[in-house]
Amino acid sequence: MRFGTEIVLLSLFAFAALVAAGFGVDEAFRQHMWVLFFAVAGFTAILLRNTELKLAAPVDPSAYMDGPIRYGAIATMFWGIVGMLVGVVIALQLAYPHLNIEPWFNFGRLRPLHTSGVIFAFGGNALLCTSMYVVQRTCRARLFGGNLAWFVLWGYQLFIVMAATGYLLGITESREYAEPEWYVDIWLTIVWVAYLILFLGTILKRKEPHIYVANWFYLSFIVTIAMLHVVNNLSMPVSFLGSKSYSAFSGVQDALTQWWYGHNAVGFFLTAGFLGMMYYFVPKQANRPVYSYRLSIIHFWALIFLYIWAGPHHLHYTALPDWAQTLGMVFSVMLWMPSWGGMINGLMTLSGAWDKIRTDPIIRMMVAAVAFYGMSTFEGPMMSIKAVNSLSHYTDWTIGHVHSGALGWVGMISFGALYYMVPKLWNRERLYSMRLVTWHFWLATLGIVVYAAVMWVSGIMQGLMWREYDEQGFLVYSFAETVAAMHPYYVMRAAGGAMYLAGAALMAWNLTMTILGYQRKEQPLPGSAPAYQPAE
Amino acid sequence: MGLIDKHALIEKNATLLLVGSLLVVTVGGIVEIAPLFYLDNTIEKVEGMRPYSPLELAGRNIYVREGCYLCHSQMIRPFRDEVERYGHYSLAAESMYDHPFQWGSKRTGPDLARVGDRYSNSWHVQHLTDPRSVVPESIMPSYAFLKDKPIDLKDFSTHLVANRRVGVPYTDDMIAHADADLMAQADPNADTSGLVGRYPKAKVGDFDGNPQQVTEMDALVAYLQMLGTLVDFKNYDEAAGYR
Repeated sequence: MRFGTEIVLLSLFAFAALVAAGFGVDEAFRQHMWVLFFAVAGFTAILLRNTELKLAAPVDPSAYMDGPIRYGAIATMFWGIVGMLVGVVIALQLAYPHLNIEPWFNFGRLRPLHTSGVIFAFGGNALLCTSMYVVQRTCRARLFGGNLAWFVLWGYQLFIVMAATGYLLGITESREYAEPEWYVDIWLTIVWVAYLILFLGTILKRKEPHIYVANWFYLSFIVTIAMLHVVNNLSMPVSFLGSKSYSAFSGVQDALTQWWYGHNAVGFFLTAGFLGMMYYFVPKQANRPVYSYRLSIIHFWALIFLYIWAGPHHLHYTALPDWAQTLGMVFSVMLWMPSWGGMINGLMTLSGAWDKIRTDPIIRMMVAAVAFYGMSTFEGPMMSIKAVNSLSHYTDWTIGHVHSGALGWVGMISFGALYYMVPKLWNRERLYSMRLVTWHFWLATLGIVVYAAVMWVSGIMQGLMWREYDEQGFLVYSFAETVAAMHPYYVMRAAGGAMYLAGAALMAWNLTMTILGYQRKEQPLPGSAPAYQPAE
Repeated sequence: MGLIDKHALIEKNATLLLVGSLLVVTVGGIVEIAPLFYLDNTIEKVEGMRPYSPLELAGRNIYVREGCYLCHSQMIRPFRDEVERYGHYSLAAESMYDHPFQWGSKRTGPDLARVGDRYSNSWHVQHLTDPRSVVPESIMPSYAFLKDKPIDLKDFSTHLVANRRVGVPYTDDMIAHADADLMAQADPNADTSGLVGRYPKAKVGDFDGNPQQVTEMDALVAYLQMLGTLVDFKNYDEAAGYR
């Protein structure tokens, strides 16, 4: 029977959720288990409607497995819009506090929804689907493990749903970018190990002698995230039928463990994984080989070695011992080099094809992504210098820095990869519209520029106001006055974010029409088709 | 470039690549984090630190639940302006029983590491209910619902037990009296001598202006009112604590 085992296992899972919903020791846990029950039961119902009492048709073992990748691409688009929309909402809440609706939609509960939504739901799905796409094509092998890829895909979506609804219910460990509680963490661990087996298994059955450089980055991202996730989330549940747990570590040790995780969520989730994306999609779209093989080796090992040390720069001048802060600063500054090694390798891949920036908006998007990567990996080491950090820490400058990396690098390279992949996955001749891609590019770029510039101004202003003294030696501003001064910047920031979101919405429209098989009748972009020369 | 040529070995062996990259990424964490657990001078020697009372712990859980740490730090840096604005710079010892830590990373609102005793209980209740009625420039959300939510009392001692399992020195006596202590701390008519004996400097009385019921507002205000008040800085040796 098709889906036979799956249906039985899922029914048991749904029943367990129902029992937990009945016997949970706290209200939030019971509500959360109801969410789990409806999610799993709904999924079971879908499988039941699609089951057949005959054996599934045998699959061709030499064909690539693209089904999960198609769903992953759609999930990337969907969660991207959701995560960015929540971002615009919380940006507006800071400008207009009446937009907070207590208790579920207060800033404090929505902010993790935004960060996890864009990092793990949008970014995570982009990584899942591109890694499955890239590993098959560079290994010339079908994904390992039969339906394992489907488990990874749907298991990960369940993690997202549970994490997101948990935040709204107030279920959180308060560890930034690792907020889900212990039971959701355990579920993610299971899914992640399955992902590692899927990815490694596919590499092991490759038909190419060499493992392509993109796969080094994907593999190191998967294995490092596994290590970080497990260690950072060690905690003691109050009850196995309750949502609350207490972190295994306390105070200063807890802080450094968290930022060791937090900085490497940036370093491995948002950098190494997306560098893997860069190493496949930029050469493919530019139709040029990677610039330097040696540079890729050096920057790979240097990047993964140095990144792990950088965590303490989130704790400058705190109660963390000075020696750890200094180590963190030194390694953060050194990290500039491998980061720019990666940027150079990506940008120089366009050698001999620079004209494509003018004619191909997808390449333009990818190049802008790599350029933003270079900018934010310069800004990061600079901000990790203690003297600079004494001003920037606790201010919006940090928020601006994160967004130049997240919107510029992570967002743009993912958009580029989606524009490249989607027509191929659905066997379409081309995208619905190239002109919409151009619009997306400019909306996104201008949105980032507005966002980052506004946050530089407001962050530095905020930091300077806090430390401003008058000639008699008194502090000039009360804290409340510095909050009032932020208002215009919060409004402008929301506008920048809204532009970026509008660009993403255009992409969702463009890709949806592509998937449905439409082609927009439009003038080709200037220069994209060779101009005919009149006969002489 | 002989070494680079040998890289082909790793490129052709997935296991080698996996193990190699895992080894490379573990080094930094081991060198930076592990010593914090065994170096004696990581946490300064101070007088006055004690585990949270049950009501304070319940309030802290509400602070975590509502994501207060996303806008308020609890970590005063050793700068002139911060010390004048918020008080003595924070010590590692002051968060030694914090599972998890709440240092925060952003100050959309002011630091709260020493907010205890700075305002009255009724100021806190009014501020949490309608922030702009006391601070017109504030952009904080309202938390009025806390006043109407009775505290979830189902066997609070299990929370102390979980904390003890991760190293907080809760005694058997504290655990046995956990539920009673939680109620007594917010009850203006209760006998609190046992409670104050177990948790020195604990603030007692009705916090939310409603003596009939122990609400989440009681717990949160009790937590805010004790923040940064435990360590006795008169006896603190600054030079010995520096590291």
